[in-house]
Amino acid sequence: MDDSSPSADTHAIPASSHGHEAHGHDDHGHDHHELSFIRKYVFSTDHKVIGIQYLWGGLSFLFFGFCLMLLMRWQLAFPTEPLTWTNASLHMGYQFHEILYHLGLGQMPTIPTAVKPDPSHPCFMERLFGHAQMPGGVMTGDFYNTLGAMHGTIMVFFGIVPVAFAAFGNYVMPIQIGAIDMAFPRLNMGSVILFFISALLMMSSFFVPGGAAKSGWTSYTPLASISDQPQPYFNFFSGQQVMGPDGHPALWPMWLTGQSIWIIAMAFNITSSLLSSVNFITTIVQLRAKGMHWMRMPFFCWTQFITAFLLLLAFPPLEAAALMQLMDRLSGSSLFSPTGLVVNGTPWHGNGGGSPLLWQHLFWFLGHPEVYVLILPGLGIIAEIVSNNSRKPLWGYNQMVYGLFVLGFLSMIVWAHHMYLTGMGTAVSSFFQLTTIIISVPTILILSSLIISLWGGSIRFTTPMLWATAFLPLFGIGGLTGIPLAFNAPDTFLHDSYYIIAHFHYVIAPGTIFALFAGVEYWYPKATGRMMNETLNKAHFWCTMVLMNCVFFPMFLQGMAGMHRRMYDGGATYELLNKNVLHWNVFISEAAWLMGIAQIFFIINFCTSWKWGRKVSDNPWEATTLEWSAPSPPPHGNFLKPPTVYRGPYEYSVPGHPTDFTPQDQPPTQTKPTKISGPAPEDERGLGFPPLT
Amino acid sequence: MEIPYTLTARPDTGLYNGKLGIWLFLASEVMLFGALFTAYLFMRIGAEDGTWPQHVLSVPIGLTNTAILIVSSITMVYAWVSLKERNIHKYRIFLGITIVCGIAFLCLKGYEYYSKYEHWGLLIPEAKFAQYEEQLKKMDAEITPIPSLHAVQISGDLEGWKPGPDNNYYMTESQTGFTGNYVLAPVKAFHPYGYKAPAGTEESTEETITIPGADVERAGRFLPYYGTYFGIYFTVTGLHALHIIGGIVVMTYFLTIGSSLYKRNPEQLSNRLEVTGIFWHFVDLVWITVFPILYLT
Repeated sequence: MDDSSPSADTHAIPASSHGHEAHGHDDHGHDHHELSFIRKYVFSTDHKVIGIQYLWGGLSFLFFGFCLMLLMRWQLAFPTEPLTWTNASLHMGYQFHEILYHLGLGQMPTIPTAVKPDPSHPCFMERLFGHAQMPGGVMTGDFYNTLGAMHGTIMVFFGIVPVAFAAFGNYVMPIQIGAIDMAFPRLNMGSVILFFISALLMMSSFFVPGGAAKSGWTSYTPLASISDQPQPYFNFFSGQQVMGPDGHPALWPMWLTGQSIWIIAMAFNITSSLLSSVNFITTIVQLRAKGMHWMRMPFFCWTQFITAFLLLLAFPPLEAAALMQLMDRLSGSSLFSPTGLVVNGTPWHGNGGGSPLLWQHLFWFLGHPEVYVLILPGLGIIAEIVSNNSRKPLWGYNQMVYGLFVLGFLSMIVWAHHMYLTGMGTAVSSFFQLTTIIISVPTILILSSLIISLWGGSIRFTTPMLWATAFLPLFGIGGLTGIPLAFNAPDTFLHDSYYIIAHFHYVIAPGTIFALFAGVEYWYPKATGRMMNETLNKAHFWCTMVLMNCVFFPMFLQGMAGMHRRMYDGGATYELLNKNVLHWNVFISEAAWLMGIAQIFFIINFCTSWKWGRKVSDNPWEATTLEWSAPSPPPHGNFLKPPTVYRGPYEYSVPGHPTDFTPQDQPPTQTKPTKISGPAPEDERGLGFPPLT
Repeated sequence: MEIPYTLTARPDTGLYNGKLGIWLFLASEVMLFGALFTAYLFMRIGAEDGTWPQHVLSVPIGLTNTAILIVSSITMVYAWVSLKERNIHKYRIFLGITIVCGIAFLCLKGYEYYSKYEHWGLLIPEAKFAQYEEQLKKMDAEITPIPSLHAVQISGDLEGWKPGPDNNYYMTESQTGFTGNYVLAPVKAFHPYGYKAPAGTEESTEETITIPGADVERAGRFLPYYGTYFGIYFTVTGLHALHIIGGIVVMTYFLTIGSSLYKRNPEQLSNRLEVTGIFWHFVDLVWITVFPILYLT
C-alpha cells in the first residue's frame, strides 16, 4: 500500500507549446517497457486511467438509471396501459395532433384507447423483462417498485458518486495539487475493482427470481427485512419449475434474492468509497507540490477533501446497518423488526424486540451527508469554471473554504429532518430544525460567492460556462424549496409528496448533473488533447436545460396539490388528491422521454471527439491551475518536471500582468511587466472567441 | 516514478503516507463499530423490562480473550521494535506469537459460539408454568421470570429437541404455533460422543420433561433469531472476528512472503508493520469495548 508499481506507460506527448523534452519527468530511470493492454487500461494503477474508468462506468450507470425512470414514467402517464410500440405511437400521434390543434391546424383528436397485445405473441417489453414483471406489457406493482428502488440506488451510489467524486477526483485532483499520482495507487485500483464487483452484483439482482430490490433506495425496515422471501423458481433454459429432492418445488435461497444482493452489493460499494476517501485525503495532505499551501489549493480540491471526509465518516454506519439488515434477513434475527409485526394478516415469525426507527437513523446518518457528497464536487467544478470563464478570481475564496468546513460538520447533525413524520419529540425535532436552517447559511454563502464572482467579469459563454450559469439559479431553486421542508409543520404536509421529488431532483439533476456535464466538457481537452464539438454541446445543453425544467417544475405543483410520491397509478385513484394536477403526468413523461433522446447529442459527441475532435493546446481555456501546465493528455507522472507553486489558484486579470491569467507555477518576475497595446492578437487557439487581454 | 513520503515523513505533517492512511481508515472503523454500539444501546433501552439477557456470556472466557489480545498487542510492538533494531530473528518470533494469540482468540471465540449453539431457551406463559416447575427444578434448569411478558424463560445446561420421526431431531429454529411436543433433558444425560438417548429409554426417563408446543411461546437456540441481544452479539463479535482474521492474514503475509522485503528495504517493512500494528491495536481496543458492554453488564 505504500509503494507504487509500474502501470500505464506514457501516452504519446502531443506537440506542446512549452517545448519540454519528452521523458524529462522520469527522474530515476524506470524503463518504459510497453505494458500489456490489460495492465494499461484494465488493471491500471495510474490515477488518470482509473478516473476515466470511473467516468465511463458512472456515466453509463447515470444513463441506465435514467432509462429505468423513463419506464416508470410510462406507467405514471398512462397507468395500466400495455407498453407496446403500437400504444406508444398512438399516444405520440395524439400529442402531435393536439399541438397542431392548438396552433389552429386541424381538429382536436380523440384520446386513443390502448390496444391490448395478442397474448400468444408476447410484446417486446414482456420478452425483455419477463412475464412476471410485465405481463402483457403492463408493469406490475412490484416491478414499478423495483424500478423506483433501483433508479435511486443506481443514480446515487453508482452514477453520481463515481462520476463526481471518484472520476473527477481521481483524474483532476492529483494534477491540481501537483502530485504525480495518488498516495496509494494499488489501493486505488482496488477501489475500482470493488466498485466493479458491486456494480456487477447490483445488475445481477435484476435476473434473480423475484427481481431486484423493491423497498426503495432507502430500504426502510421492516419492509426491507421481510421482502424478497425464498420462492419457487423456473429453470432459465427449459422454463420448467425447479423441484427439490423431496418432490416439492425448490425454493430460491434467501441470500440470493433481490434485497439480499442489494445489501451485499452496497457493502462492496461502501468499501470501495471508503478506500477511495482514505486515498484522497492522504493524497491531498501528503502529496501537495512544493509551494502548494493549503490556501493556494483550487476550490475543487477543497470540495474533494471535505467530500472524502464525509464519505469516510458517514458511510460506515450504513455499512453497519446493512450488516444488521443482512442478519435480519439471513439469520432470522429481528434487530429492525418490532414486536407484534403482522405481515399480510398473519403474525411474522420473528421474535420482535427490534427497532425499525434505528434503521432510519443509521440510514439517514449516511443519507444526509450523502446529499453533500453529491453536491460538493459539483460546486467545486462550477467554481473552477466560473472563475476561469469570468476571468476573475473567485470572490471570497477564503470564506468559501471555511464555509465548506462548516457545511461538512453540520451535514453530520441534520439527518433527522428526513424523519419528522416518525413522531419524534418536539425537543428533538426542534434541534434538527435548527441545524437544518443553520446549514443553509454556508450553502448560500458559497452560492452567493459564485454569483458575485460573475459580477464585473468578462464572461465567456463557453459550453462549460453555459452549464455553470444554468447551475446557479436551478440549484438555487432546489435549495430554496428545501427551506419549507426544514420545518416540522410544512414538512408534515409536503413529506412524501412530489414536492420532495421536485426539490431534491432540482438539487441533484440540474444541480450536480449539470456540473458533471460542465466538468466533462471543461476537462475533456485535458484528458484527450481534443475539444468536444461546441455545436453539439450547445444543442445538448439547451435541450437538457429546457426539458429538465419541464420535468421537474410541474412536480412542485403536483406535490403541493397532495400527490403522493409512491402512487403506482400516478395518483388517479388517490382520493385526497386534487385531480386537476393529473394531466401534468403526461407532460412530465413526454419531457423526460425527449430529454432521454437529447442525451444522444452528448453521447455521440463524447465518443467521437475522443478520436476526431479538434486538437488544442495544453491550456485551451487559459486557466491558471496546475493541471493546465501539464501536457494534454498528461503522461504517466503527469508533469514534465516537478511543479513549484508561487501563487494562489485564481490569479486572473492581475493588473499590470501581460496576460489576463497567471498560472500557479509561473515564477514571480522581478522586472516590471510591460503593458501590451495595439490590436488583439489573432485567435490562435481557435476557440471562437478572442483572447481577453 | 516513486510516490513521495512512502518511507520518510513529510516535514510539515510529520507522517508518512501509510500512517496517515491507516489512521483515516481507523476513523471510519470507529464509525462502523460506533454505529453498532449505538444500535446496541438503542435496543437495550428499547427492550421490555426484564427481557434483556444478562450474564449469559462466560466472563472467564471473555477475560482470557481480553488478556490474549492485550498480550498480542504487546508482542506486536516488540516485533516492530525488533525490525527497527534490524533483528529479523526476534521479529519473526514476536510476530509469530502475535499470530498465535490471534488464532487462540478465534478458537476461544469459536468455542463460545458453539456453546451458544448448544444452549437453548424456552418461554412458557406464567399461567401454564406451575405444572412443569417441580420437574424443571429437579433438572437444574435456569428459571427466569419475565413479568413484563407474563412468561417464564427456561434455559441452562439443557438440551432440547422436537422428536421427529427418528426421535432424534434438534430444534433448529424458533417456532410459534408448533403443535407437537418439546422434549428437554440435561446435557449430562447425553452420551459424551453425541449419541442422544431417545425419550422414554432407560438412560433418560428420570430427567426428561415433555412440554406440549401449545404451552410454549417461543423456543430456540441462543442464536440471532432468539432475541435482539443475540442478534447484536453475533453481529458485533462476528464483525470483530472478521477484523481479527484480516489482521492474521496480513501478519502471516509479513511473516512469510512479505518478509523478503527485509533484504531490500528494511525500513519499508518496518513501516508496513507499524501500520499493521496500529490496525491490530485498534482491533484490540474494539474488543476492550466489547468485553464490558456484552459480558459484564
